[in-house]
Amino acid sequence: MEEMTRTVTLRNRLPLPLATFALALLWPLAGLAHIQSGEAGGFVSGLSHPVSGLDHVLAMVAVGLWGAQLGAPAIWMLPVAFPMMMAFGGMLGLIGMPLPGVEIGIAVSAIVLGALVMGEVRPPLKVAVLIVAFFAVFHGHAHGTELQPGQNAMLYSLGFVIATGLLHATGIAIGLIHRWDTGRKVLRAAGAAVLVSGFYFLWSALT
Amino acid sequence: MSRVARRLGLVAAMAAVPSLAQAHLVNSGLGPFYDGALHLLMSPADVLGLVAATLLAGLHGARAGRLAAIVLPLTWFLAGLAGLQLPGMLDLPWLSVLSFALLGVLVALDPKLPAEAVALLAGLFGVLHGLLNGSALAAIGAGWTSMLGIAVTVGVISLLLSAGVVSLRAAWARIAVRVAGSWVAAVGILMFGWMLQ
Repeated sequence: MEEMTRTVTLRNRLPLPLATFALALLWPLAGLAHIQSGEAGGFVSGLSHPVSGLDHVLAMVAVGLWGAQLGAPAIWMLPVAFPMMMAFGGMLGLIGMPLPGVEIGIAVSAIVLGALVMGEVRPPLKVAVLIVAFFAVFHGHAHGTELQPGQNAMLYSLGFVIATGLLHATGIAIGLIHRWDTGRKVLRAAGAAVLVSGFYFLWSALT
Repeated sequence: MSRVARRLGLVAAMAAVPSLAQAHLVNSGLGPFYDGALHLLMSPADVLGLVAATLLAGLHGARAGRLAAIVLPLTWFLAGLAGLQLPGMLDLPWLSVLSFALLGVLVALDPKLPAEAVALLAGLFGVLHGLLNGSALAAIGAGWTSMLGIAVTVGVISLLLSAGVVSLRAAWARIAVRVAGSWVAAVGILMFGWMLQ
């Protein structure tokens, strides 16, 4: 009965034709304006860049997994802090400020975040934010600066930030299995997988 | 919802499926009002700042949202009219990026601000981008009708967005708004890097 009520409420809130209409508005295959070239390419390039490297993907998803394990308020503090610190790292890279051991830092981020998820470690909130913010700088420095010639920098940045945020959201969504006992174990196993991958990335960075 | 209404909705949805959308082209035939509206929608710096300003207003409640929805289009339009007198003379990329980055930081941090302060910030943003839009439009021979198109679009977006955020009750939904603010701030920070490069 309750399920039926909920279904009816949802239908009342978002009728199917309205939802279809909204979806259809997102359908255009191309949008041309300002008669410039490379605009859409910049956005798509930025959007696809974070998902093109497994090291970045695993670390971002691990941030979401850890946030889900920690619960409120860390579950939202981490995704708020990460993009800004990542952008700061990207800015350092863009202005030519060297950051020693960037690839090593990225690999270590996967190791540390994987270990934290595997161990279900619960440090104070400030420490958790600091850990994530520290590694965000490395990810931003390495990945936020690779704009293709002729593309729009702002749209590239926007795509890059959105894709990273969506990876966090993916991690958080997966991390919701933490509510169940079996899910908790699976989550810790996922942390172990990230940790092992991190060692592989570290090996690759050092050799 | 009746079956007829459902079918009508689906037909409307199908009618809204263009294979190509064109704007700012000579042959678009949309006229200066809609060219102005599309100028805004196709300018990422304007849209990001506008979104951040309205999200900030929405987070601060109905009064701040109402004030912002009035102040933003009004200041944007009036400053735009002033900008039309300065064809191509205003090019302030640093200030433009700084304005939306700051608004993004404020949305992410969600500090407690009085509604008047939020409206003031929205007004300052409106003045800056109105001037920039007006100056850019004057350089290509556009007039006040295009500025009106921009201002009306600003008004519609600020009304819809701030009202949407004000109505949010779930804690996670407000958090999602703050995350969106951090994304805007992050784009701004990266843009500083691109400009310094």
